[in-house]
Amino acid sequence: MDSKDSDSLGRTTLASTAREGLKIVIIGGFGVGKTTMVQAVSEIRPLSTEETMTRAGEGIDDPANAPGKSTTTVAFDFGRISLTSERVLYLFGAPGQERFWFLWDRLFRGSLGAVVLVDPRRLDDSFYAIDRLEAGGTPFIVARNCFGEQQHSLGDVRGALQLSEHVPLVDCDARNRSSGKDVLIALVEHLFALHTAREAVS
Amino acid sequence: MIRGPLDNESPDRLYALTLGRSHIEQDTLDVVTLIVTESDSEPGMQSEYRRILELCAQPTAVVEIAACMGLPVSVTKILVSDLMDAGKVSARHPATSPATDPLPSPDLLQDVLDGLQRL
Repeated sequence: MDSKDSDSLGRTTLASTAREGLKIVIIGGFGVGKTTMVQAVSEIRPLSTEETMTRAGEGIDDPANAPGKSTTTVAFDFGRISLTSERVLYLFGAPGQERFWFLWDRLFRGSLGAVVLVDPRRLDDSFYAIDRLEAGGTPFIVARNCFGEQQHSLGDVRGALQLSEHVPLVDCDARNRSSGKDVLIALVEHLFALHTAREAVS
Repeated sequence: MIRGPLDNESPDRLYALTLGRSHIEQDTLDVVTLIVTESDSEPGMQSEYRRILELCAQPTAVVEIAACMGLPVSVTKILVSDLMDAGKVSARHPATSPATDPLPSPDLLQDVLDGLQRL
């Protein structure tokens, strides 16, 4: 890909032939390593941006902060990988807590799929995201970010998360490019498997 | 995580930028829609518009514009829409799969797989 060109602003720009942006979302609780994983695989230094909304749920926040309206501002990080001269994959690191879920409908609709990144010491943080992904029919896999020696097997984690056997569960080291790459590949292979399973049924 | 540069941003400035509009009529822009500049900025054009035209000399996703400008995504979409209406930029939309089918096509998946394997 000739995506490593820089423009006059010092940014690493996309190829002029780029025409289709794709999305994968990495969801997890605070401090679980979402940004670390995005950084490990991204061709650009991860960028951060924000979205705001009022509890009423429409458009941007009332800038005057009118009384009676509650505002949520949420920051999310992203990076990108140029796949071909025309297709570019954006990776979003997004918080999975309930109060941030509006991001899904507003920003991440149409994602190829999701990676739920879990901290084995705080599995509770992941329940809500897994429930919502299952309910919404978004394909996803779960990746356990390894912090040193693991006390529990992946089978234990699967049981604790009450994860369906059809959902892949893998170990990873979010700091490591090759490990992050393997997680993303595991998600794409899962998507292929879902195709195959569907064809077998029809 | 939930506090950032925007908290230091003047609400009045954001309000002025968007002329008080809180949403665009048709929210057709995705965060990964790629925006491309079609014609140069004009003298007297608001600095934010000029900056977007500069950024999008090469295709640039809406979310990247937002990050580079330090603006919320929704405000960025409004500014980009203005430039689209004026014919200054064009949008390359992500291919959308039918709402009934959450699975991307195998052809697209193969591109993603190949691209990831080259990492």
